[in-house]
Amino acid sequence: MNDLVATIIAKYNYWIYITLMMAGLYAMIAKNNLVKKIVGMNIFQTAIILFYVSIGVKKGATIPILEHAHGHGHDAHQAVHATDYINPLPHVLMLTAIVVGVATLGVALALAIRIYNTYHTLEEDEILAQIREE
Amino acid sequence: MIWQIDLAILTLVVITAGGALMVKDLLGAAILFGAYSFMMCALWSIMGAVDVAFTEASVGAGVSAVFFVAAVFRTTRRTKD
Amino acid sequence: MKIIGFIISIATGSLLIYAAADFPAWSDPASPASTYLSPHFIEKTIEETSVPNIVTAVLADYRGFDTMFETTVIFSAGVVCYLLLRTSRRKEPETRYYRHILTGVTIELKEGYKIPPSTDFERIDSLWTPPDLIIRTVCRLLIPFIQLFALYVIAHGHHSPGGGFQGGVILGASIILFAISFDLRAAISRMSEKLVAVLCAVGVLIYACTGGLCLLFGRNFLDYGALAELLGVDAVTARSHGILIVEIGVGIAVMATMIWVYNNVSSAGKYEQGL
Repeated sequence: MNDLVATIIAKYNYWIYITLMMAGLYAMIAKNNLVKKIVGMNIFQTAIILFYVSIGVKKGATIPILEHAHGHGHDAHQAVHATDYINPLPHVLMLTAIVVGVATLGVALALAIRIYNTYHTLEEDEILAQIREE
Repeated sequence: MIWQIDLAILTLVVITAGGALMVKDLLGAAILFGAYSFMMCALWSIMGAVDVAFTEASVGAGVSAVFFVAAVFRTTRRTKD
Repeated sequence: MKIIGFIISIATGSLLIYAAADFPAWSDPASPASTYLSPHFIEKTIEETSVPNIVTAVLADYRGFDTMFETTVIFSAGVVCYLLLRTSRRKEPETRYYRHILTGVTIELKEGYKIPPSTDFERIDSLWTPPDLIIRTVCRLLIPFIQLFALYVIAHGHHSPGGGFQGGVILGASIILFAISFDLRAAISRMSEKLVAVLCAVGVLIYACTGGLCLLFGRNFLDYGALAELLGVDAVTARSHGILIVEIGVGIAVMATMIWVYNNVSSAGKYEQGL
């Protein structure tokens, strides 16, 4: 039992990331307003990016920019140890994810403005009622 | 990585995310989303992901919040939920 | 719908929590993510590309193919916003209103008479907003410095955090600041719609043409070592220069997309009144 409690406390980061993801998912499904759904989509995306970036952290390592690398010739390299720098691969993938996220946000907001121009409301139940009446 | 700072900023992140989803004013939701984005950027800086934090600060807290405010300005500001 | 949403999130959440119990401990140096491929990138980047920022080197050189398609995705998002929202231009009205700038007197001219463009009169209509001196002066002073910082971020992406995306977004944000503080019409008269759209495509084209140029020299697509004869340096420095050219292309495309999407979203397609 103590073992289980120790494991739960050691991994508290993962529980909070999962809570954020589920908050975003719940907002996307259950909220009535379109802009709130879009906010939920963005919260979901950034929570997933947070989860990935947290995988690359290493204890006692520094940021992934090589030190003492400026101005050296080809034959004067000091040995670079991989344990001194944190894992750069999740950062690369998540840079793409963030920029694609903002592109998706632009398209989603354009769709919301078009829907508002046609139905004059942003609440989902009122839009569905107007569609059913036609 | 100091766990006290980590826990404090994570708490702020959850509070702003919950706030952005629950306020009834859409402009307030847009601004709270900008604050959430900025807290994420601080979290990633602490974890050492400086490139990702830079991108999130400029894209999320900057341009993304402006897009939201522009869209709210063009549609409606009140919501029932 | 709320109950269904609640059940779905609780079910997915508990599945994820059950799976997260198997994860390696937080910040473990021996976790599988940190021992498989990343040691090769960390140790070999400075010998093969002479770029100290490992993230920029991996993004633009080792994984350059999906950065190219990501730029294409950003371009297509700009095009989709334009296609969804842009409506046709309205006709010119018969009655025009002019305002004398120094005294504030408004003149109404009927039946299509106009005053030729001069610095004493400005054209106003029902969408005109009065200028605010503090905001205009401060933003006019700040915008050149913001753009200079953005260019620095693009150019210094090899040695410090930064690169093409971040610099491009900051450049786009400076033009958006101009559009917010002055007028959307003033911003569009400086950077017209056509210029923004063409710039967006030019950015993607720069990236793809750099890859194609490497093909013409006999190496693989996006293998920047082929540019060594063209630029006159050795293969390692040619890769560093190739990364810089590609980042410039990405920066231009991202800047143009941010401006384009802002123009369309904030005016709902009519390009008359912004925020």
